[in-house]
Amino acid sequence: MDLVVRWSPVMMRVARMYVPTAAVADDVVQETWLAVLQGLDRFEERSSLRTWVFSILVNRARTRGERERRSVPFASLAREETDGDFAAVDPERFVGAGTGAGAWAAPPVRWWEEPERALASDEAVDRIESEIAKLPEMQRLVITMRDVEGLSSEEVRSALDISETNQRVLLHRARSKVRAALEDYYADA
Amino acid sequence: MPDLLTRLFRRRGGDAGLSCQELVELVTDYLEDALSPADRARFDAHIAGCEGCTMYLRQMREMLELLGELTTDSISPQAEADLLAAFRDWKGAGGPPA
Repeated sequence: MDLVVRWSPVMMRVARMYVPTAAVADDVVQETWLAVLQGLDRFEERSSLRTWVFSILVNRARTRGERERRSVPFASLAREETDGDFAAVDPERFVGAGTGAGAWAAPPVRWWEEPERALASDEAVDRIESEIAKLPEMQRLVITMRDVEGLSSEEVRSALDISETNQRVLLHRARSKVRAALEDYYADA
Repeated sequence: MPDLLTRLFRRRGGDAGLSCQELVELVTDYLEDALSPADRARFDAHIAGCEGCTMYLRQMREMLELLGELTTDSISPQAEADLLAAFRDWKGAGGPPA
């Protein structure tokens, strides 16, 4: 039951990428858990349980998505979201051309002083959540699966069927944006 | 795995060391342990002498810690109760709806 509670929300998000409605995604998640229960004795620990559950989920969601005529090709979404120039940090924060080009002009500062951990305030958490909500779909999925749900890069790659490099680039863009939003938050706080 | 820093250096016209602006683009590869040993050594060498980049890496790690704590907060007790009830119904009914 713990696993159902813990994994179902992110499974819903993954399923939703393949199928047209939340109701269908819900079906897919439920079917996946049923298949997991039925197949549990066949599960050999060659992969982690989580990898196995997500591969069942993706297979079912994909089949269902094809039947319902909506299958979002992750690979092309991933291509789209890893395309083009990207700056983890606003270029204005660095020294421009000439001596010392590329060095910090406005370096990052401490977010809080020890020993208080003001960082974990509700507002900071809200800020993180709203920034994640604003990310493009694949970046949002990857950062949620990796950093919020704690899945491995291997698990995310096989669930989303994307390359290791794409996974890392999506993660990099997502993390950089969330860090920047938090930095803004602390600068204003 | 292409040698990222080698490519950057080439573009910069020589092994002039890693700039802060270049380093921030490598932080994820660094944390994911995806840099070649040579690149990792360059990264570490820069960090060792750069307060700004040390702080950047620290912020990134602190943010990751916060993200890891989100799960329990982001699922409301109500949503959790609904989910559990839904699965109880579903098991009670002998399977998922057709």
